[in-house]
Amino acid sequence: METVSTDVVIVGAGGAGLRAAIALAETAPTLRIALISKVYPMRSHTCAAEGGAAGVIKPDDSFDFHFHDTVGGGDWLSDQDCVEYFIHEAPKELLQLEHWGCPWNREADGSVAVRPFGGMKKQRTWFAADKSGFHILHTLFQTSLQFPSITRFDEYFGLDLLMHDGRCRGITAMEMRSGELRQFHAKAVIIAGGGAGRMFPFSTNGAIKTGDGIAMAYRAGAPLKDMEFVQYHPTGLPNTGSLLTEACRGEGGILTNKHGRRYLQDYGMGPETPVGKPQLKTMELGPRDRLSQAYWHELQKGNTVSTQWGECVLLDMRHLGAKKIRERLPLVHELAESYLGVDIIKDPVPIRPVVHYMMGGISTNTAAATPLPGLFAAGECACVSLNGANRLGSNSLVELLVFGRRAALSAIDYLQTVPALDASSLNAAADTTRQRIEALYNRNDGVESMSGLRREMMDTMEKNVGIYRNEAGLQEGVNKIHELRARYTRVKLTDRSRVFNTDLFQILELGSMLDCAEAVTVGALARRESRGAHQRLDYVDRDDTNFLRHTMVHRQGADLPRVDYLDVVITRSPPGVRDYSGDHK
Amino acid sequence: MSRRPLIREVPPASWFFRHPRYLRYMAREVTSVFVGAYCVLLVIAMQRLAAGPIAWQEFLVALRSPVSIIFHLLAMAAAFYHAGTWFNATQKAMPLQIGENFVPGSYISGAHYLVWAVLSLVVLFFAGVF
Amino acid sequence: MKERLVQLDVLRYNPDTDTEAHFQRYEVMCQEEWVVLDALNKVKESIDPTLNYRWSCHMAVCGSCGMMINGEPKLSCHTFLRDYPGVIRVEPLTHFPVERDLVTAPDDFMEKLKRVKPYVIAKQKKPIEEGEYKQTPAQLMKFRQYSMCINCMLCYAACPEYGLTPHFVGPAALTLAHRYNLDSRDEGRKERMEVVATKEGVWECTFVGACSEVCPAQVDPASALQQLKIVGSIDWIVEHLLPGGKP
Repeated sequence: METVSTDVVIVGAGGAGLRAAIALAETAPTLRIALISKVYPMRSHTCAAEGGAAGVIKPDDSFDFHFHDTVGGGDWLSDQDCVEYFIHEAPKELLQLEHWGCPWNREADGSVAVRPFGGMKKQRTWFAADKSGFHILHTLFQTSLQFPSITRFDEYFGLDLLMHDGRCRGITAMEMRSGELRQFHAKAVIIAGGGAGRMFPFSTNGAIKTGDGIAMAYRAGAPLKDMEFVQYHPTGLPNTGSLLTEACRGEGGILTNKHGRRYLQDYGMGPETPVGKPQLKTMELGPRDRLSQAYWHELQKGNTVSTQWGECVLLDMRHLGAKKIRERLPLVHELAESYLGVDIIKDPVPIRPVVHYMMGGISTNTAAATPLPGLFAAGECACVSLNGANRLGSNSLVELLVFGRRAALSAIDYLQTVPALDASSLNAAADTTRQRIEALYNRNDGVESMSGLRREMMDTMEKNVGIYRNEAGLQEGVNKIHELRARYTRVKLTDRSRVFNTDLFQILELGSMLDCAEAVTVGALARRESRGAHQRLDYVDRDDTNFLRHTMVHRQGADLPRVDYLDVVITRSPPGVRDYSGDHK
Repeated sequence: MSRRPLIREVPPASWFFRHPRYLRYMAREVTSVFVGAYCVLLVIAMQRLAAGPIAWQEFLVALRSPVSIIFHLLAMAAAFYHAGTWFNATQKAMPLQIGENFVPGSYISGAHYLVWAVLSLVVLFFAGVF
Repeated sequence: MKERLVQLDVLRYNPDTDTEAHFQRYEVMCQEEWVVLDALNKVKESIDPTLNYRWSCHMAVCGSCGMMINGEPKLSCHTFLRDYPGVIRVEPLTHFPVERDLVTAPDDFMEKLKRVKPYVIAKQKKPIEEGEYKQTPAQLMKFRQYSMCINCMLCYAACPEYGLTPHFVGPAALTLAHRYNLDSRDEGRKERMEVVATKEGVWECTFVGACSEVCPAQVDPASALQQLKIVGSIDWIVEHLLPGGKP
């Protein structure tokens, strides 16, 4: 197996990975950086983010407001030291992107423009039309091209972390076009591999969002934190699951049921605000968890609209007018038109909640360090405990930047402390990866089909770990996912070629997703309360006595994972009531 | 086994049959031959004029031959087509921004057609057509 | 929901077993509102796991799933079955080497993208504490269209010039050079023009216009390239014909 020697390996070249790479290259130009990704950087799913990125910039706003919005939005499961760091770094990072050429929308005087977003008390969401993630990703990627110390390994599929003496010393990966394995030896590894939303059948996530980075760290012994918190975005297209950005509502779009009623007022987010005059933190500008839950209740009451794509509610943007829609929501306009045949200028568009984002991930502290020395993580794959039990829209694009950079700085500090290592001492670990892959190729008794197992996993997650959960369903989910993990050991590789074998990649991705799915279900079963995006019909209240704690899931080989807890860091905001009603009832 | 990328050669002499838009492009390029040929004709005309009145009269007679008339018709059609593609291109090459908005491309191309028509009328006027 | 049996002729190539590519016919039941990518996914899931292609976002923004559909470069996630009543022919993007099936090697494009220096070049780095560069909406609109490129490479597959003379820097990369040249924050035009206004650069373009016809993001690369030709010409005139002229 060929060896690549480098200083820092970054796994994943989306927003967080690219930001980390640039921070490393700028801060320590002599370091060798290997940026590994299973896709070309521009394909990373950061590109699909639409609405924008939050950072305090306008005179009427304050860090305090952003702090409290984030902590309350996360139902007090955020670590407040982390939030504190984040809100102060956010505007700097967004300005940095501005200096790098990001085409942010502007005010007439040339300053950056901001828009309202769900759960935010002030307008602080920077945006580039409704392609903010796309522009952030391309700005970062293009900027990264000027640094000679960044060596990209595009379309290398990360496989296993190389551990030695308890430290992370590199990674094994497969060059996808040749099928050849490489071992990357490094002093530190930063995982920035994204979330695992594809474990659900109906998701805004791209096909690549299979949690490979999360599972890699998990297999190497890193605990996963708060995995049970899965965010449903309230407004997805009912057929493809494509995201219609929260900016639809930020700009003034309203949600109605089949009676034409703006039903959010019936779920503590009223009173009704005038159409076209959105009021911050009220009605349609409530947080995503509340809005998705309101849909579920409307469904139970029979108030949803039956369409050929299933039960929906309506997102009405007609009153915004053609000019504003074309200027600020061109992608939404195009998506609804082409995939659903609805012109949002003329008609309300049917929508329903769709799995969007994982608050949980590899457990990291505010320095983006995992408990494993030498392993850092940032972005959706990490749980730095910024988002708590529910992420506010437009915080995650900034999270990529703030903690991508932070992971790089932490890695640089860590490098000083790493003892030298004889390269051959990682060979045995690397060979384990080789054997794992060869076993797939040589197995002739494979009976389980990849697509069959994947379908069962997705159906289980949708049925048992959806917007509302209960003990029996979750227990069934845990049992089923555990069974699928066992059956996965007999999965059949149909395609035996070595060259760009997507059958193989999908099998590897399924393995990652099953690991993540088990952590989600086990964590959800153990959390007997309702908080943020984790809602239980059998434990309807938040329980701060027992569960103001982070769920930590530890992998135990083929057995069920072990769960323990970590206290939430509370500095200045004791748990309180989440108030999204306009009249503060 | 390992990689062995497949290179698909582009046929150098027949590529433009692969797609109608390539044929349209070739048609545009071919029309420039007629435009060029007409320029050569104008040079010859100058040379005949310089050679004296007899040479010039012979040249004018030759212009009235059927071959010449067919050539002129073809060249004029080609010139129209070529000029059209050129004018249509102006909106791409010379976008005009006023404030935040761009002047619609049809205005820019349209202005070129307009100037073309006016200039043609002026030429025809001096040629004594009216 | 309306369903229909869709016939796909997919160009297959496996370097392990094939010396040449060949078409394989698949017949698969699809919903009328699906895109070609959905049909391919169903084939892979239910008929043939050995079929290989790239895809991710399913919303025409990641640029992964470019392929030739009935001879036209298309994003398969944005090519609707309703527009294709007959047999649908699916091939890998032309002008790029085929690794396997519909998977091509974009190395050449990636190299060219880097060559045009698609990033802000500022003579002096502005400290973050000084805040943002002021840029009016009009200044933003000047280049915004050209910043929309998703790097899907459909324009390279459509451009016959690139097919015939592969050293051509090509539509998408040159357009991004133009995008940064037009950005009020940038001071790198001169550096970039050294790559752009060359024989391999914009002067290789003969304005077929195919790039703009196939662009799924309405970037209109052809317009950017024609504008670059004008810029390059003016630079040349200033440098060579005006007394003491420096571009």
